[in-house]
Amino acid sequence: MAILMLLMNKAMAGSFMPTQGTEISKQVDNLYGFLLVVSFISCVILIGGMIYFALKYKRKTANDKTAYITHDTRLEVLWSVIPLIIFLFVFGWGWVIYHDMRTMPKDALEINVSGKQWAWTVEYKNGVKSTEVVVPVNKDVKLVLSSEDVIHSFYIPSFRIKQDAVPGRYQAIWFKAEKLGEFHVFCTEYCGTSHSAMITKLKVVSQEDFDKWLVSESEIGTLPLAQRGAKYFQTRACASCHNVDNPAAKIGPTLYQRWGKEVANADGSKVAFDENHVRESIMLPQSQIAAGFPSPSPMPSFQGQLSESELAAIIEYIKGLN
Amino acid sequence: MGHSSGKNYINEEPGLLSWFTSLDHKRIALLYFVSVMTFFLVGGIMALLLRLELFAPNTTANVGQVLKNGDIYNQVLTYHGAIMVFMVIIPGIPAILGNFFLPLQIGAKDVAFPRLNLASWYVFMLGACLAIGTFFSTKIDTGWTFYTPYSIRTGSAVVMMVVAAFIMGMSSILTGLNFIVTVHKLRAPGMSMFRMPLFTWAIYSTAILQVLATPILGITLLLLVMERTFGVGIFDPKLGGDPVLFQHFFWFYSHPAVYIMILPAMGVVSELITTYSKKTIFGYTAIAYSSIGIAAVSFFVWGHHMFVSGQSEIAGIIFSFLTMLVGVPTAIKMFNWLATLYKGSIEFTASMLYALGFLFLFAIGGVTGIMLAVTAIDVHFHDTYFVVAHFHYVMVGGTLMAIMGGFYHWFPKMFGKMYNETTAIISWVFIFVGFNVTFFPQFILGAKGMPRRYFDYIPEYEQLNKISTVGSWLIAVGFLFGLYTIIRGLTSGEKAPDNPWGSKTLEWQTSSPPIMHNFDHDPVVTAGPYEYK
Repeated sequence: MAILMLLMNKAMAGSFMPTQGTEISKQVDNLYGFLLVVSFISCVILIGGMIYFALKYKRKTANDKTAYITHDTRLEVLWSVIPLIIFLFVFGWGWVIYHDMRTMPKDALEINVSGKQWAWTVEYKNGVKSTEVVVPVNKDVKLVLSSEDVIHSFYIPSFRIKQDAVPGRYQAIWFKAEKLGEFHVFCTEYCGTSHSAMITKLKVVSQEDFDKWLVSESEIGTLPLAQRGAKYFQTRACASCHNVDNPAAKIGPTLYQRWGKEVANADGSKVAFDENHVRESIMLPQSQIAAGFPSPSPMPSFQGQLSESELAAIIEYIKGLN
Repeated sequence: MGHSSGKNYINEEPGLLSWFTSLDHKRIALLYFVSVMTFFLVGGIMALLLRLELFAPNTTANVGQVLKNGDIYNQVLTYHGAIMVFMVIIPGIPAILGNFFLPLQIGAKDVAFPRLNLASWYVFMLGACLAIGTFFSTKIDTGWTFYTPYSIRTGSAVVMMVVAAFIMGMSSILTGLNFIVTVHKLRAPGMSMFRMPLFTWAIYSTAILQVLATPILGITLLLLVMERTFGVGIFDPKLGGDPVLFQHFFWFYSHPAVYIMILPAMGVVSELITTYSKKTIFGYTAIAYSSIGIAAVSFFVWGHHMFVSGQSEIAGIIFSFLTMLVGVPTAIKMFNWLATLYKGSIEFTASMLYALGFLFLFAIGGVTGIMLAVTAIDVHFHDTYFVVAHFHYVMVGGTLMAIMGGFYHWFPKMFGKMYNETTAIISWVFIFVGFNVTFFPQFILGAKGMPRRYFDYIPEYEQLNKISTVGSWLIAVGFLFGLYTIIRGLTSGEKAPDNPWGSKTLEWQTSSPPIMHNFDHDPVVTAGPYEYK
């Protein structure tokens, strides 16, 4: 038993599973670790046995005598029943965890998540809308999934949970995050052109930070356009590549005192720095490369990730940088 | 026993045209052989392109951008899947090796309906041409599964592709029907059901699946065509339809189809292992019955593709349970093959290496299949690279290995010439090693959470993707060696004896290559197929 436990721990270490963000993810990993050990033993028996027999009974002469064994009922029963028992055991174990995954907790924090080619919209009870999921730590959270167009699937590897978002119906998924931090959310149901870019973050924060965030987000809607733009400029990480208060370039060109001027592109063309230029640069960063910057541009496309009103706010903010 | 007149099925009727009008099962098998291998080449090139694209994430400038954008990647992905499934792996063993050797193995002159057999090939080619034709239309990007509602919304070529799959399904049904009747009506005197070789048993079980399951696919695909052209509102949620219903219909065919792909491979492996161990098969009846058992249970496990699709918890549990039951006959076969090796006289020909490679890869494919059948674990692994790795281990590691092994095994009989064992073994080494280098890292990628059908990925997945891509090059080199071996064998191979491997089944009792009507005298069978005493 001790050896089995040791083996299981070893298997877990080598299982390459992502961080365990919830209690359920630990349970899944335990079961997976057990299966890895059993699978490994089975493969040693099958593959090891095969190699051993193949080498031991390698043909020596063309007239080798071989044993004439047609069957052995005892052996056959044995290797039917033992796998069956193992299969039923892991089936039952899986059932228990699966039941936990599928049983929604009462009094959970409910958040609506809607999929659309190719972004998630997260909507909180107080009306706050976000493209990322922000949740408090150590609290039951229930996500109600829906889709506006085709089937998507909401997958948090670190929580070991996944559920399809099917148009025309609601489906729920729940978790209780135990670790602070940021986790990946992938779309795992093929949904077209930018399926692989339909990635967002799940941020687990303290209850206090969560409450603060919720309030500040809900106030955003009432702020003047340019101030909202300033906020998005920070949260969308525009600020990490673009300067706004001096003319020096960072990873991308500066936006300081650019508005209304004529700017040069790498291909030699000149273009007016206006609403449409900014819009195109954000949505299709590869369409125009500013002079002196690498092609292809390292800037990600925000197509499908910014709403019209968010875009308008960012443009209004850039206008004010003169 | 070289045939006295020197006539055989290859030279009996001259001219290229005679091949396209021939009703001989052996010639039709070769028609399938040439077509399927051509499609395999196309599907294989697609696979190499996909792996090249995934060599590096797109953020790395100048590498990892082989395919221009996500749309093109998705199209290549779809053609790779659809071609390999509908045009290579499903017809592969039954239509080529089955067509050629099922009548020979039961001592028949031909299949029951030779004309229908030729018609099946034409129907198959019609479907295949339509499928390839979509490439010159708007192209398809649905993945081979055509999930609704995406397949209702995307480019119009979907209708053409779906009709193509429907037509190829018809061909599959006709072939299956032909084989079932052949087995029941045309066995030689003394060839009782339980004296049939296990390859014939496997093709027979597969034929039952083809006849029973494929119509479901046909109906589903027609419904999809109606949905697209007339908007009948069965699958489209905008019209009140249920997109998940499509998944139920689709997998109700496509899960049995998985066994349409693997059962014939298991049959081939049984033949190879007995022949190259010079030993009777261990547990003949258990293997024969487990084929039928797998065929039967495989109709009731389709829901394991849908654990996270929104089917009820109880449905998930039931499908998980039934899937475990399918695991048992599969395990039985593995142990039977292993026991057959015990106290045998094992010869390491290329064919035997493919059979042993099959056991190796299928063991890994099998245990990971059990992992995926466990509901709680599948929730994490579903639609990740773990699944991609699993089904490649089963479909490529299993079926493709068996096709290759079976092909070398029967090559002397089919063409009357020997192939070069050394180059065949070199080819095997590259394919076997390359396969593991390509697909084993994908298990780890899946465990780490990388979703499948991704054109691009986050940087932490880069290392494993690189290894996987390098593996795909090794596989390509392996197949080039294989192609060389085949061409050299055909052009300048030594003349093959009638029974070069000392095999006991009936097809080795006639000349190599066989005469048009297979046997000089109608064979009379007095013993089982594996009497290595």
